This record gives sequence, C-alpha cells and structure tokens, in this order.
Amino acid sequence: QVSAALREGGVSPTELCQRCLSLIKSTKFLNAYITVAEETALKQAEESEKRYRSGQPLGVLDGIPVAVKDNFNTAGIETTCASNMLKGYISPYNATVVQKLLDQGAVLLGKTNLDEFAMGSGSTDGVFGPVRNPWSYSRQYKEKSVSKSHSEDEESNWVITGGSSGGSAAAVSSFTCFAALGSDTGGSTRNPAAHCGVVGLKPTYGLISRHGLIPLVNSMDVPGILTRCVDDAAVVLGLLAGHDPKDSTTIQDDFKPFELPNLPDVSKLSIGIPKEYQAPGLSSEILGLWSKAADLFKNAGAKVIEVSLPHTCYSIVCYHVLCTAEVASNMARFDGLEYGHRSDMNKSTESMYAATRREGFNDVVRGRILSGNYFLLKQNYENYFIKAQKVRRLIANDFLKVFRSGIDILLTPTTLSDPVPYTEFIKEDNRTRSAQDDILTQAVNLAGLPAINVPTALSERGLPVGLQFIGRSFQEKQLLTVAKWFEKQVKFPIIQLEEVKSHVQDVFQHRKSASFS
Amino acid sequence: QEVTVEVLAHLEHLALVDFRDAEGVERLRKAIRFADLLQVVNTEGVEPMDSVLEDRCLYLREDDVTEGNCTKELMKNAREKVEEYFVAPPGNIPLLKLEEQETFLQGS
Repeated sequence: QVSAALREGGVSPTELCQRCLSLIKSTKFLNAYITVAEETALKQAEESEKRYRSGQPLGVLDGIPVAVKDNFNTAGIETTCASNMLKGYISPYNATVVQKLLDQGAVLLGKTNLDEFAMGSGSTDGVFGPVRNPWSYSRQYKEKSVSKSHSEDEESNWVITGGSSGGSAAAVSSFTCFAALGSDTGGSTRNPAAHCGVVGLKPTYGLISRHGLIPLVNSMDVPGILTRCVDDAAVVLGLLAGHDPKDSTTIQDDFKPFELPNLPDVSKLSIGIPKEYQAPGLSSEILGLWSKAADLFKNAGAKVIEVSLPHTCYSIVCYHVLCTAEVASNMARFDGLEYGHRSDMNKSTESMYAATRREGFNDVVRGRILSGNYFLLKQNYENYFIKAQKVRRLIANDFLKVFRSGIDILLTPTTLSDPVPYTEFIKEDNRTRSAQDDILTQAVNLAGLPAINVPTALSERGLPVGLQFIGRSFQEKQLLTVAKWFEKQVKFPIIQLEEVKSHVQDVFQHRKSASFS
Repeated sequence: QEVTVEVLAHLEHLALVDFRDAEGVERLRKAIRFADLLQVVNTEGVEPMDSVLEDRCLYLREDDVTEGNCTKELMKNAREKVEEYFVAPPGNIPLLKLEEQETFLQGS
C-alpha cells in the first residue's frame, strides 16, 4: 500500500523517511535501534524520490524504509552484534542481503538491537541494553493491567520482545520501518515476531545468502524476514532469495519470486498437528488458540491430522551441543588483530588474545565457547559432538517421515506464553531461558525447514500471541499461501500506540493495516 | 565424570577465554550434565548429519580473481599496524607460563 502511495505521489520517499526517523526518535525508549543512519537514509530517500519523479522506480521496495539486525555487515555503518568486541567496527562491505535491499532502492534506516552475538531469547543480553516490546506501551496492554500508579508501573511492567532479533521485531511493530531483517538460528526471528505481533519468516536453509551475516551456527543460521503482513514477507523473500556465488551453502536451483493468491484455498490441504509440541509449560491460552486454529482449517475443508515427531524432546540438547561447538569455532576469529576490540595487554600474542576476548565477550558468549570446546575435545568428540549430529539426523528424519506421509504443513504454537515482563525474565539465566523458550522453534533449524510466525490474537493481558506454520523444504510458496489464508481469518488487531497515531494517520487514512505491498 | 582442574586449564588454553570465577566453572558443569541427556537416545546405525544440504553438490566457482585490492579498507579496522602489516605482540610464549595470568584456577 505504501508502495502504491509512493508511485501515485501521495507521499514522497523523503517525507516517508523523515517521518520514520522522527518516529524512531520519539520511540527511543524502546531501545530497538543501536545505530540510526540518518544522513545516508535521507540521501537514499532523495535518490529514490528522483527516480519516482522521472517515473522509473526500481521496484516495489524503492523508497521503503527498512531496518537491519546489527549482525549483518553494512558498508560504512557500524556493525556491533551488540558486543564490546565489535564496538566501533565499521564494516567494509555489505552483506549480500543488505546489498540486494539497497539495489532495490530500499532506505536503510539503521541497525537494530539484539542479544549479544544473537545468543539469547529475550534481546536482553546485548551491551546496549534490553529492547522493550512496543506492546508494553499499547492501549491494549495498559487497559488490561491492574495498576496502582500509572507511571510507576510503566517503568517496571514493560515486557520483553523475545529474541534474539528483538530490535528488528520492535522496529516493525512500532511502525518505524516496513520490513526488517533478522537472523534465525534457533527461533531468533519467529520468537520475537510472536511476542511483538508481527510476521516472522524463517526461510529454508540454503535459500537466502548468509554472506555478510556474522555467523553463529553455520549449519543452521538463516537471514529472517520480519514484516507486518504475509504479502510483504513474500515480496521481500522474492527479492532476497536465490543463489549467491559468495555463499557456497546457497542452492543453485533457480528461484522464481511468486505472488500469493488473493483468496487462498486450503480445502485440499493436510495440516499436521505434532503432539509433542504440546510442551510442558505451554500456557492454556495458547493451547486454546492452537486448537481453535486447527478447527478453522477443519471447517474450511482441510484435513487436520495429529502426527508425531518423536525426537522433539531431544532437540534442545542436540542444539545445545551443536550450537556451542560451532560457536567455539566461529568466535575464534575474534583475536583483536585485524578488527574489533584489542586489549592493551601485549606481553605475548596468546595473552593479548585471551585478554581481548575476556574484555570483549559477555558471560553468555564466553560460557558457550568454553562448553563448545569441551564437547570438541578428543576424548569427548564421539560422545557429544558426533552423537548430537546423529540425533540431528533423527530429528530431521522425523519431519521427512511426516511430510512423506501426505502432510503439507505443520501447525504449532511459536512460544510457550505471551511476552513476560522484563523483571520476571531476568530471574533465570540466559541458557535456562533459551532452553525453555526455544523448544517450539528450534527443531526446525536442525532440519533446515521453512517456518513462519503469524500473529494470531491478543492474550488476556492484551499482548500478542502467534502461531507457527512449518513447511517442506523450499516450498515457501505453499507455506506463505497457508499463512496468508490464516492471517485473513484471524484479523489480528493493530497496535494502538500514542506515538504512532499522529505519524501514521495521514499516510494511511482509509487503510486498516499498514503494509507496503 | 568429574571435570578436573587439568581439563579446565586445558579448555582455557584452547579457547583463550577464561572461566573467571566459580560461577563459570559451575556453568560448564551444568552444560555437560545437560548434554549427557543425549546418551539415552538410540543412534545405532545412524550416520552423523553435517548439513541439511548433504544431498546436493557444493557450488564451486571458477578460480578467477573477481575482487580484491582492498588493503586500505581492510587495514582501517585494525588497531596496531605498520604499513600493510598487522602488528602482534611476541608469539611462541604459552599462556600458562606467564605470571600475569589472572584465571580463577591460578588462585585455587
């Protein structure tokens, strides 16, 4: 819709850019952005405006403000991964996905906040502080919370965004941009998408290039797409997917961008409900929503079948071993010599490296490096690392079996509950939290499948809850079609934020939701 | 099995990251106990999986130089440099021999 407005001249790219920039300023308390690239964004907007005036926009994304998670390299713009290790690091190049966005004329507003090096499920463990969920300040949440004094509770009651792409999710949710890039290794795009009430797409591993995405787990990382509606996600996917010679883990098959049907038909589909996803700790509210969703499909004529993914309960442990092992390897590059933080200790190379890494990494990162190294020791390699790789195959095979038996799409919850208040979240340490929260999203990364979070409803506390659809490898079109149908059925409400109202009103007078396609 | 002081020291040396305090060591112990849960899974006859794309051929491009010559750009991010060299402190000095070592283990 915004794209159409830009084309018709209803609003200009520079106006749009300025509005988003000022909205970012007035929502600074959310702490969603680490770096705001004001000057370059305005320049990009001006270039875009010239193109529109001469009737030659580059495409749907021309002039659209976007944000990128701060673990993607962006030329000339600081890339920190929310860590002291990379504070002040100015990337010399653009990640492939960032370059693709820029080539389409998108306006890069800035880099969003995350958990340090994308390790965590709350976006609370970065050096720039935690990200606040915009819904904490929504009328919907405030109405439902029993408060003694208005201002006192706002300060202590704010809820987390989920993670680790919390900044990106918050940015999209609070209308400061129209699409954002996140990354998904264990659920890091879908989890905050569910908590912030936005669409979070994890594409199939190998579909989108990871070149320029600072790696966490090479065999599971993918760039994630966060938007306000499924159609937008399909558009962005169409622009980002495809083979990249700079990333040899991208498949070579031709990718054809697709448009989703306006009136999707789900009556010929088989929807699988994996019983193991009724995990301990799943809130009864979400269980109810999941069940209602299944009924929606049944009533539309689809076959809804209970299925089993028996090794689901081992996915967290398997992930834990493989993740820490890969992290131990990936973090080895940070030694202070070529880039990033460097300690003043200079007695020897090794002591400089050790001091640099002690100063640069937080406890979570250091803990994972040490655990990973333990599992990779000669005496442990077979029993831990290789064992985990075998379990990974069992988990991936579980999914294959289910899809081969005729199931098209799996329907599961995305999170165990609605977003919790920050004060409650920090009572448990990062590893425990990740182990609890990732259980519904993480097996998907082990199997490399595509999955999407679709915002479904508001909880009793007035906070967003989403449901997850999992598809077959490289069948994003089918996955997104089902997601779009579901989105139309549930009609998830728009966030009512004071700051947003004035900025958004004039551009979107008659529209119910603000999307750009 | 018990995680011995030797193993801890070895890990610190390999990882070039220290545990800092008892909490760090406890965290490792918890991580190992957690990972031990994998032992109950029957993986008889199962091949380890390296990548979900194992059925495909890896892409190899032609051995042609397509980019480079960006020395100045790359040197910008290094703190200690001389001409086109990264400057490192003296090498070949093992970590543990140094008196300045400040690990938790040294104190115990």
